[in-house]
Amino acid sequence: MIERYQFHERICHWLTGFAYLYCLATGLAFYSPYLFWLAIMLGGGPTSRFWHPLLGLVFVAAQMWMHHIWRGDVNVGAADKEWLDKARYYATNQDDKVPPQGKYNAGQKLFYWAMYYGAFLLLFSGIFMWFPEYISFDWRGVRPVVVFIHECAALVTIGAFIIHVYMGVFMVPGSVAAMVHGFVSKDWARAHHRLWFHQKTGE
Amino acid sequence: MSNGPLQIKAISGHAGPVPGLDTSRDYSVAKLIDVTTCIGCKACEVACLEWNGYPFRETIFDNTYQTMPDTAWNYYNLIRFNEHVDEAGNLSWLMRKDGCMHCADPGCLRACPSDGAIVQYANGIVDFNQEHCIGCQYCVTGCPFNIPKFNSETKKVHKCTLCSDRVGAGLEPACIKACPTGCLHFGTKDDMKELGEKRAAQLREHTSHTHAGVYDPPGVSGTHVMYVLHDIDHPERYGGLPKNPTIPLLVRIWKGPLKWIGNVAMVGGVLGVAVHYLRFGPKRAEDHK
Repeated sequence: MIERYQFHERICHWLTGFAYLYCLATGLAFYSPYLFWLAIMLGGGPTSRFWHPLLGLVFVAAQMWMHHIWRGDVNVGAADKEWLDKARYYATNQDDKVPPQGKYNAGQKLFYWAMYYGAFLLLFSGIFMWFPEYISFDWRGVRPVVVFIHECAALVTIGAFIIHVYMGVFMVPGSVAAMVHGFVSKDWARAHHRLWFHQKTGE
Repeated sequence: MSNGPLQIKAISGHAGPVPGLDTSRDYSVAKLIDVTTCIGCKACEVACLEWNGYPFRETIFDNTYQTMPDTAWNYYNLIRFNEHVDEAGNLSWLMRKDGCMHCADPGCLRACPSDGAIVQYANGIVDFNQEHCIGCQYCVTGCPFNIPKFNSETKKVHKCTLCSDRVGAGLEPACIKACPTGCLHFGTKDDMKELGEKRAAQLREHTSHTHAGVYDPPGVSGTHVMYVLHDIDHPERYGGLPKNPTIPLLVRIWKGPLKWIGNVAMVGGVLGVAVHYLRFGPKRAEDHK
């Protein structure tokens, strides 16, 4: 077995994930009348309105911590361009046609950056939505703009999140275990992240 | 209003048919504010506070008659005092009773995400139900008139109810009852519109206010609170009454197409990965050595 995620990385990941899930559920409740039951389930509309921005801050803070931990591993480079050109082979499980990858492939890096920039957009628009009573009527044009940005940014992160959960839980077996226990098998590492496997084992 | 089950159908010992049988009146209500006869006495403000059970607020002095700066969560109704000097140098003192306009197409209601926090009655009154309000203030974003006001202690938004509790019991709103000059009128929307147009025509024909008109803005599909203004071309002179109020375009997009694009995209995304799994299945490490 090879250690892929250390304890603090796993804590950071699940903290981010928990905060994101809470914001997702309450945010969807505010987004659509057909999903308002999510707010009821989570303690009611006013409770959800109270905690959504606070958990949003937790999400952004956890994302910053994650950036501190993983920023060295998520830079997009020339090798990632090649992976993206062959992403269709990756998506159709013809992995032998895909170049060997380091700790993260370009798809994972793109997910990372989508959430990273999404978090910033959600934060900056969300602060205005948190305290709209301090926006004077003369500046009322700001309010619908920030709501619009918040919603668009949320939809982008939701798209990325669906793929992230699908990849982690269903498409690449062993990923959830790696994020829970921290370890992956040698086969897993060799199959999905060969360059990282060589680097870790020297094989 | 002779609608409903208590309309008389038969009368004992009565010669001839029942008077008014099978007639019905429009039950949509409206308030007409003739600003040209408002004297700024603030009796409507006091009546509003009394009926709604709010305390009178401390006044300020800023060298004008505007001793109350703005409407508030517990101050629905405010006379705005505006001094206007025309091209000829004549001063006119414009007073406007500011409060919820009860739009036929209410931006607050469109923007609100909470089930039942804002309702529009069939008679046109737009009312907030604070027990369902979650305090997000999307209504503030949707309103073109700066009406909903937030109580930061209870996290609820309030505004003029057009005395829906009084109107429901067949009474006129409290402000109407208090007005000493008769500049406030209450009745059906059609009647009030007609009365307002008559008054505007009178002003145009018999006074120097040749641009007098009724403010019933079409951008929000008309309102159930209307003004007779001296100069319908310049409503902004009356303390920020917008010339062509509309629900902000981004609010319409946000609550309209973006909602459905987002819904389709999210459901499509979930279905998409499910179909992908059925077609391609998992990447087993042992298959990719």
